[in-house]
Amino acid sequence: MNKEFAGPLTALITASRGATITVGLLLIVAFLVPVANLLVPETSVFHVPNYAVSLLGKYLCFALLAMSVDLIWGFCGILSLGHGAFFALGGYAMGMYLMRQIGDRGVYGNAHMPDFMVFLDWHQLPWYWYGFESFAFAILMVAVVPGALAFVFGWLAFRARVTGVYFSIISQAMTFALLLAFFRNDMGFGGNNGLTDFKEILGFDLKSNVVRATLFFCSALSVLAGYLLCRFIVTSKFGRLLVAVRDAENRTRFLGYRVEYYKLLVFTVSAVLAGIAGSLYVPQVGIINPGEFSPANSIEIVIWVAVGGRGYLHGAILGAVVVNYAKTYFTGALPEVWLFMLGGLFIATTLFLPQGIVGLMAKIKKPVFVTKTPKAALTLGVGD
Amino acid sequence: MNLPRFLLFFWIAIILGGLSPAFADLGADTNKLSLKSTKTKILAIERLVASGDDQAVAILQAFLVGNLFVHTLDKTPVIGRPSPEGYHIKSAVNGRDLGTVKKTALKKIRINNKLRKIVRGALGGLTLLSPDRDLRLNAAKSVFKSHDVLVIVLLEKAILRETDDHVLAAMKRSLAAVQATNSTQTAVRLSAIEQLAAYTDQDVRTVIAEIVGKEQTSEAVDPVNPVRIAAEKALSGIEARLKIWGYVASIFQGLSLGSVLLLAAMGLAITFGVMGVINMAHGEMVMLGAYTTYLVQDLFKIHLAAYFDWSILLAIPAAFVVAGATGVIIERSVIRFLYGRPLETLLATWGLSLMLQQLVRSLFGPTNQEVVNPSWMSGAVEITGGLTLTYNRIWIIVFAILVLALVTFLIKKTSFGLRMRAVTQNRAMASSMGIRTGWVDAMTFGLGSGIAGMAGVALSQIDNVSPNLGQAYIIDSFMVVVFGGVGNLWGTVVGALSLGIVNKFLEPLSGAVLAKILILIAVILFIQKRPRGLFALKGRAMEG
Amino acid sequence: METVAPGDTILYLDGVSVSFDGFKALNGLSFFVEQGELRAIIGPNGAGKTTMMDVITGKTQPDEGMVLFKTHTDLTRLDETRIANLGIGRKFQKPTVFENHTVFENLELALAGDRRAFITLFARLSDEDLDRITEVLKIIGLSNRAKRKARALSHGQKQWLEIGMLLMQDPELLLVDEPAAGMTDAETEQTADMLKAIAKSHTVVVVEHDMDFVRALESRVTVLHEGSVLAEGSLDTVQNNERVIEVYLGR
Repeated sequence: MNKEFAGPLTALITASRGATITVGLLLIVAFLVPVANLLVPETSVFHVPNYAVSLLGKYLCFALLAMSVDLIWGFCGILSLGHGAFFALGGYAMGMYLMRQIGDRGVYGNAHMPDFMVFLDWHQLPWYWYGFESFAFAILMVAVVPGALAFVFGWLAFRARVTGVYFSIISQAMTFALLLAFFRNDMGFGGNNGLTDFKEILGFDLKSNVVRATLFFCSALSVLAGYLLCRFIVTSKFGRLLVAVRDAENRTRFLGYRVEYYKLLVFTVSAVLAGIAGSLYVPQVGIINPGEFSPANSIEIVIWVAVGGRGYLHGAILGAVVVNYAKTYFTGALPEVWLFMLGGLFIATTLFLPQGIVGLMAKIKKPVFVTKTPKAALTLGVGD
Repeated sequence: MNLPRFLLFFWIAIILGGLSPAFADLGADTNKLSLKSTKTKILAIERLVASGDDQAVAILQAFLVGNLFVHTLDKTPVIGRPSPEGYHIKSAVNGRDLGTVKKTALKKIRINNKLRKIVRGALGGLTLLSPDRDLRLNAAKSVFKSHDVLVIVLLEKAILRETDDHVLAAMKRSLAAVQATNSTQTAVRLSAIEQLAAYTDQDVRTVIAEIVGKEQTSEAVDPVNPVRIAAEKALSGIEARLKIWGYVASIFQGLSLGSVLLLAAMGLAITFGVMGVINMAHGEMVMLGAYTTYLVQDLFKIHLAAYFDWSILLAIPAAFVVAGATGVIIERSVIRFLYGRPLETLLATWGLSLMLQQLVRSLFGPTNQEVVNPSWMSGAVEITGGLTLTYNRIWIIVFAILVLALVTFLIKKTSFGLRMRAVTQNRAMASSMGIRTGWVDAMTFGLGSGIAGMAGVALSQIDNVSPNLGQAYIIDSFMVVVFGGVGNLWGTVVGALSLGIVNKFLEPLSGAVLAKILILIAVILFIQKRPRGLFALKGRAMEG
Repeated sequence: METVAPGDTILYLDGVSVSFDGFKALNGLSFFVEQGELRAIIGPNGAGKTTMMDVITGKTQPDEGMVLFKTHTDLTRLDETRIANLGIGRKFQKPTVFENHTVFENLELALAGDRRAFITLFARLSDEDLDRITEVLKIIGLSNRAKRKARALSHGQKQWLEIGMLLMQDPELLLVDEPAAGMTDAETEQTADMLKAIAKSHTVVVVEHDMDFVRALESRVTVLHEGSVLAEGSLDTVQNNERVIEVYLGR
């Protein structure tokens, strides 16, 4: 095989300049922000204040979420309008662990049940809350619950060859159904208020600076790991098949590929990534409620990807950060204008920037052909 | 039956029966209420009741709440209300204003629980004889639930006097209920139960069920108790009929919900069917229609208040034009650049929906706007005691049928419809045959949006008019389209009505939220079997 | 309806009917193709040629009738993927290649091999695979375009690429739908040669409109009309068939 590849991991990073830059930047951010927050004195201009660490941590979670959507939409053409559901489920799984960590320090001082259950006059912890006092179990569920839902939903949808806007609509219906369900008090997830008032994670105070910085660090590393995983996927033959399915599904089918399994696998992986993003998000913002299931949230993720550049993994990261920074800024400064801007962003991106910011930059640099496929296939000795 | 009650009954019988026609002296009788003897007090109540005088009602009401006094100076009865200086009093006999007096000038006429009960029953009965029709009707309805044996006589008397059919029917129903429950004569009870058995309403069912319950416990083992047997038979008959009417009610509510869904989804199905475009801003077209209704009503309020009831008739075309024009603008400025890219269209129209929502929020504020039902749409028609149909729901069903007929005509019988169908079936072919597909698309989008606007007029009559109005219906509309399939209006009709009806049948079993969740899941599972909906177009042209 | 002796038949259709909303696209279609044969199928628009391909490849379920592959496998019960993996390759009427992949990648994806999703995550090309791709690139004449994106190819080149993909798939039976459509005369000739070469080691069924092309194939011809077989034989035989002249060629 090709001598260029020193190792599969290095290859993933060095095969394209975009990848190298992305990995480098993520590593720098992962180390620099916590250092600048904890070690640089507050008086210094290089100090990163606490609120900024939380905010940046949130953006990183969104970046991972955006990447999970890009993986299926950008590369396989599956437009999920329900990905917020997987994010929220991962968040709830983490939230349940954090609720159990509160123990008897809640308002009602009940060591066996969260406050909202005591308030509802429940006498027993529902069975599906069992195990969530264990961090390891909760982390497992962060992946398993969104993954399982995506697997079942995807199996139903892809087997029936539900594609295009039909898939988008029913994925929206899925998250809407979950939204309604989680609003119900008797579901046992805190109803309208969701899960909040967390105290500790693994015995460490969630409000302490070190924990905040550590969570940020974990988020950055997760984005990095997610990025490498997605890159591994899209540069493999599997990844090229995803693009093949996106561009000519029937052709792929007639070549003998079982398209529904490809979709199912990538959809499930994507849902797990979204779930992990949600699980990192919840301890950093301190709350998870049914609002995360709202269809509008899910569509917003798609616009992050579109703005950054669908089909480019670093585009998704960029889009998530840029749009969310704009949201933070404008909802503070000009709240009335924000929805106009967001709406305009949807229209402008689809009309004028179909490949997003990254696509635009690539076009400026290389006006003839945009190569976003891996070099691996190109560098193989094909006689010219 | 205890002694005072028996006496009361006895006296009412005498008085109403005309054996003692002597006119009651209101003042004297009222004063008697302050005496020691319960027996005397009851007699006094009887006489007051028998007077049939409006003032007697006032006296008894005051007595009941403790506002009846005897003036310590002239010993006349007065009705007093606490005021800053003491009590504001009126004559009990003729209601004349007697000014304000100190508390010490009055002596309260006290009431006890036993009397309170009697007075309440008597008050219910008294209004049965009121000259006011509505009061009588209310009284007839309220004594139905009183179970008070005294009422029997009053009702019988009232029935003889009554001239209004509606009130008469209510009185007879109440009489039967009271007789069935309380009469001492088995024959009377049986005939009353037989009368009640013919009714189909929840209240009668409750009365009969109570009788059944009482007869079953009081005489545990009496296989031949005729009252019990008759009541049981009546109960099962009523319940069977109620069940049927319950289904009818569910179907009506389902049709009504289905009509709303149909109105909201029809335009969506047209744009999706013809252009393959899912318009996420469709809900906002509905919202624009609702705001147009609000504005038209506002204009009528200012300029044409006399014709206010008919403002909605003008609102319908206005909403069509406003939403339709917005649709055409959207199509020409955004959507036409995105043909062949349905997912991007979906995102762009979502962006439009956000902007339209914010626009309306900025212009009209985030709160609900008040849209009034015209008088001919308010109120309800009662089919039986178990089934009440509100006029606005009926009108919405009618409206949905009219819009459907109009759209069907447009598609089947006009040249525009022909072009539209051609484009639906084979865009490339239609284009090569000289049909301006761009123009058809714009008009189709305008039509779909205009229908959404008209749906907004209907929704403004049953829902809050707020910037979020459209969002509430958009997912349901999608479900209708996915379920019914596109390219065929019947699919939308069947989809909307079946989702509406299934929803209303599920609601009593599972609650509204769970019903909605179940339907969403059902639709997701349904497209397993038919990925393109119930009425999908088949053939090569549809695959692309 | 002619009697068919199964044995060395690779494809056997018997009484296949398909209707779309009342329109009979196929109407009791029966014919068979022998192993190693090159067969041309002609017929006017709406004769059911593409629908026949849809039925064979599992895209469309017939309302009735039987489609046998190699005398024992009933294709009507299988889906596209299974049928493709049995060894039936299909080229679409409209050239369908992966536009955003290079020519090389297109062939790589078509390469016969393990099609399971999880396996492809870790798949690597072997030296034999590379040789095979190089060989096919030569056959379809796109060696010097291997690194080009497929979308940058001309229409004719896309047709060839798709044929090349079929070859990579290495099916026993190739169904080729209008390979010469939109080609220049020179390209058409090249295509005919290409198919004849392929037919030496594969069974090939070609659906075509272009009579010159069909003549160049020098193969047995089946004429379809209104969803069933009108005539069969050499091109000269069918061209002299009165009914064929009447419904098709004569107009």
